[in-house]
Amino acid sequence: MSIFYLTFGRILKSGWNNFLRNRWLALATISVMVLAIFFMTGLIFVNLIGKTLLVNLQNKVDISVYLKQDVSEQDVSIIRSDLTFLNEVKDVNYISADEALASFKAKHQDNAVLMESLQELGNPLLPVLNVEAQEASQYEAIVNFLGQDKYQKIVDKINYQQTKPLIDRLSSFTNKVSRGGLIISIILALVAGLVTFNTIRLAMYNFRHEVSVMRLVGASNWYIRGPFLVEGIIYGVIAAVSTTTLLFISLYFLSPKINSLVPGSDLLGWFKVNFFSLLFFQTGAGILLGGVGSLVAIRKYLKV
Amino acid sequence: MVHDSVIEFKNVSKIYQTNNGECAALTKVDLAVRPKDFLSVAGPSGSGKSTLLKLLLGEERPTDGQIFFNGQDIALFSTSEMPHLRRRIGTIFQDFKLLSNKTVYENIAFAMEMVGKPTKEIEQDVPQVLELVGLSDKTEYFPHQLSGGEKQRASIARALIHRPEVILADEPTGNLDLLNTWDVVRLLLKINELGTTIILATHDREIINNLNRRVITINRGKVIRDEENGRYVL
Ligand SMILES: Nc1ncnc2c1ncn2[C@@H]1O[C@H](COP(=O)(O)OP(=O)(O)OP(=O)(O)O)[C@@H](O)[C@H]1O
Ligand SMILES: [Mg+2]
Repeated sequence: MSIFYLTFGRILKSGWNNFLRNRWLALATISVMVLAIFFMTGLIFVNLIGKTLLVNLQNKVDISVYLKQDVSEQDVSIIRSDLTFLNEVKDVNYISADEALASFKAKHQDNAVLMESLQELGNPLLPVLNVEAQEASQYEAIVNFLGQDKYQKIVDKINYQQTKPLIDRLSSFTNKVSRGGLIISIILALVAGLVTFNTIRLAMYNFRHEVSVMRLVGASNWYIRGPFLVEGIIYGVIAAVSTTTLLFISLYFLSPKINSLVPGSDLLGWFKVNFFSLLFFQTGAGILLGGVGSLVAIRKYLKV
Repeated sequence: MVHDSVIEFKNVSKIYQTNNGECAALTKVDLAVRPKDFLSVAGPSGSGKSTLLKLLLGEERPTDGQIFFNGQDIALFSTSEMPHLRRRIGTIFQDFKLLSNKTVYENIAFAMEMVGKPTKEIEQDVPQVLELVGLSDKTEYFPHQLSGGEKQRASIARALIHRPEVILADEPTGNLDLLNTWDVVRLLLKINELGTTIILATHDREIINNLNRRVITINRGKVIRDEENGRYVL
């Protein structure tokens, strides 16, 4: 057992020494790893922005349910509470005919002709219920619900038909974006991983002679691999910490700008909340890239 | 009789595959080395001396025939068992094979560290063996900072450090001056007296003729002579 700890300690020390002695090689490898990990986490943020953007867009879509001109207060509150109880419905907003007129007037107060004709007509506007669904795909169900007989005498018309193409396009767009994002992030992660692996392989190629010498004087494979594994893990940890720092700096400057473009996408806030899981994920990715990369790369030189 | 030999070659041939065809480095070599032998392998450059030693160490695999170490067929050693064979053999390589990333001290210590020797023992033995080969003032040098002869002596020190049963010495004096050459030869003789089997490959006529020990002569991959108290004849 004590031989095990002795050997383990020697492997650690040797890995650390190799790391210090191959500083330039380390720098090159770590830079590539930083790029790879930065890229992978960058995708999380792109996804985050995309999602916020979609939520924002979805919030802009709703159905306007126009009620009959002479609808009673009671009927309004019935249909309103019916809708609120639906699972699919996120929010219901009632605008009475008077309120609609007021906001219409406010909007067009400069248009004298319009104002004059309004004076003669009285209030031509209908009271309206703006219904917002949880998801874009649920509007159909809500419209069907309102098609029931008991609502016929309350509901005048539903303008879902006008917004339907937009809603359809939006929900298929949502699906495409999430599927496409997944595929792109997998491809980019693979590419980044491959580039890192190749860098490590080149580094290992430099050591092929050393490795065969160690074999010939009788070192076991694990005694040879160990220090390279340790070195790879050190690379991974340093790369992860550097990436997190780099990410924080870029978010610090970019987040406010992105937030003004895509309201509600508080990337810096997300970073702060998820700091530890992010660091954990990045260190994991770094160790996996560095450690497994060097294990695989060294394999063929251990055959002597 | 098989178990009387530390090392036995049975009908061993080695053919290297190269880009422009095959190169027969050894042809049908039969050889038995008894424990505590001091065997010199003589022959001109390119005759196959290093190949013989490489086969023994498992660096190259024979194309044909069998090689036994203490009665065990070394072709049957797996990659993970090979280190156990190699730890029982100390090799002085013709091209030194020092670890370029490690200092002289670390190179020698490596051979002890890898078998789990305690640090105290290492700190005691390494300076001793470095003193023996005259490298006490170069312990912290890296191989690229050493002369050819100094590298050779470092390689010798590493081969001796773990007191192996067998020492393979491939041109151990190739880069040394006359004085150092005889120091090394005397050292090998001394180690041999203490019970270590030694196989010395060299094309140095002087050494062979002065040793007055068993000599096999190889020419173009064939053993053409095997004599006790042999001389360099070609
Ligand atoms: N890896 C190899 N691939 C192909 N041919 C090789 C290889 N190693 C050695 N040879 C050939 O095998 C022959 C014997 O080589 P070897 O190194 O055993 O000679 P040697 O007797 O040790 O010579 P020297 O005294 O110069 O060290 C040579 O002709 C050489 O070209
Ligand atoms: Mg040779």
